[in-house]
Amino acid sequence: PRVEQQSSSQSLPFIPLLFPRAVHLHWSPDVTELLRSGNKLQCSSFILAVGHNAASFLSAYVLASANWDAAGRALAWNERSRSGAGRSGEESACVFYRHKDEPSVLICNVTCHIAEDQLFEWTEKVFDCLQSRELAVTVLSDRSVADYKTPDYLCSSSAPFLRSLHSSAFADRPVCPSLEQPNIITGLPAAVLNHCQVHRIAAVVYQCYSDVAGPDSVTVESYKPVLNKLGRSIQVNSPPSTDVLRKFLRSAEIQSNLYI
Amino acid sequence: PYYTSICTPIVDDCLNVPAVAVGNVGQLAVDLVVSTLNMSRVGYFHTDCLIPMAGNNPYASCKDDTEELHTPAEVYTAAELKLAVLQIRAPILQTRSKRFRQQLVSWIKASGFSRTVVLSSSHAYQRDDQQLQGTPLRYLITPSLLTTSADALKELSWREMERMPAFPGVKDADAEPRLCIPGGGITKGLYTDSCAEDLPLAVLLLFCSEGDNIPDAFALVNHLNDWLHLLDEPNRKWKVPSSWSLLFGSGIPPALF
Repeated sequence: PRVEQQSSSQSLPFIPLLFPRAVHLHWSPDVTELLRSGNKLQCSSFILAVGHNAASFLSAYVLASANWDAAGRALAWNERSRSGAGRSGEESACVFYRHKDEPSVLICNVTCHIAEDQLFEWTEKVFDCLQSRELAVTVLSDRSVADYKTPDYLCSSSAPFLRSLHSSAFADRPVCPSLEQPNIITGLPAAVLNHCQVHRIAAVVYQCYSDVAGPDSVTVESYKPVLNKLGRSIQVNSPPSTDVLRKFLRSAEIQSNLYI
Repeated sequence: PYYTSICTPIVDDCLNVPAVAVGNVGQLAVDLVVSTLNMSRVGYFHTDCLIPMAGNNPYASCKDDTEELHTPAEVYTAAELKLAVLQIRAPILQTRSKRFRQQLVSWIKASGFSRTVVLSSSHAYQRDDQQLQGTPLRYLITPSLLTTSADALKELSWREMERMPAFPGVKDADAEPRLCIPGGGITKGLYTDSCAEDLPLAVLLLFCSEGDNIPDAFALVNHLNDWLHLLDEPNRKWKVPSSWSLLFGSGIPPALF
């Protein structure tokens, strides 16, 4: 599996049949040029959103300010990829954005499923492109409250709520309580956190446990405490209007009419 | 490339490795060893062969060390006992089982452990008539380790894992009885690789089924202790780690009743 470093174009490059599950990164021309000359992306802050609500939060509260350039995307085809013909369905699923005035701030919205056998490769390939000195990583992640284990039964009014996990190199204070035993995190947030722990990069994961499975404005708003920690370059002037929020929270497809 | 050391390199220790196997008994047993002996983490086994997961310190005993991130495979040591342990917390990706074994074997060779003990388990329901009787504990040992440990094993009167006929009930003179560890994950592969590589390695396994495997973990770790004498003071007990809480889910909603 190799990293495809070509400019993003209308038609996707041919992905070899031999490694259909390989992770491919497609950067914008200037980033590609930078990487090709042997350099890495200067990055002081990498913010990753995993899940629809986390991605909607970043889209509505941060990316909507129009100070961001699309920097690239990652493709990871697996059995859960939904697309009619070829890979076109995944074009918008793992998108990188760079701040126009402070290009060392990088955001990535991940709304597709990255399979277990692709997680490590996705993480290594992305972090390979970033210089890791002074890098701070923040991950926002959606999770079902059914996965949260607690001795006292949680009634649904307590959800959504945040819990955090951080690498040893993270010196700041998280905005919410730490994830209690015996809970763990899995998936892309775990893969990123593992990488940061082993490579001594400051990283924090904010996991939002929600009782709503699909896009939900209450869940999206529960990430608000994280805004203060995202760095001075990310200024949110005012909370987004409901119209803006609605745009990002298109209701989930009705896949079954069993419960209409 | 996959082993990242935090500090002090490990040399000449005895290594304990659990196999991800039925009931996770080996891993639970290792949890007891690390928790009781207060072992310190000395390295990460950072590999793409395991499913990623992360959590806070599973062995936290006081408020100070609860917020410490732990990864799917880590190495712990107890220097005074010359013991090292590799704890594996996540399943091995199905298509990478052989590669994981190779990584493990080459790391064991490179680290120079005096001996390696694999803690494992096997499906109880696949035992044949002979295996149904007596103790559910078994051992295997490579020729390389047998030369040094033969006497200890004789004293313990442990039962060696039986070779199974290839086609039970069918009289076939050509079919050699072979080693079979159903539900043992990479145990058999690790054992045969170690024989081929002349590594001093032993396997300790328990026949069990999925369920509440805590008693099985205690049985296996006590069995290990009979040989390695990790816990020698008569009144000392194994310490259950805080991560063992809620093994079967959250508290029950009172409205259910």
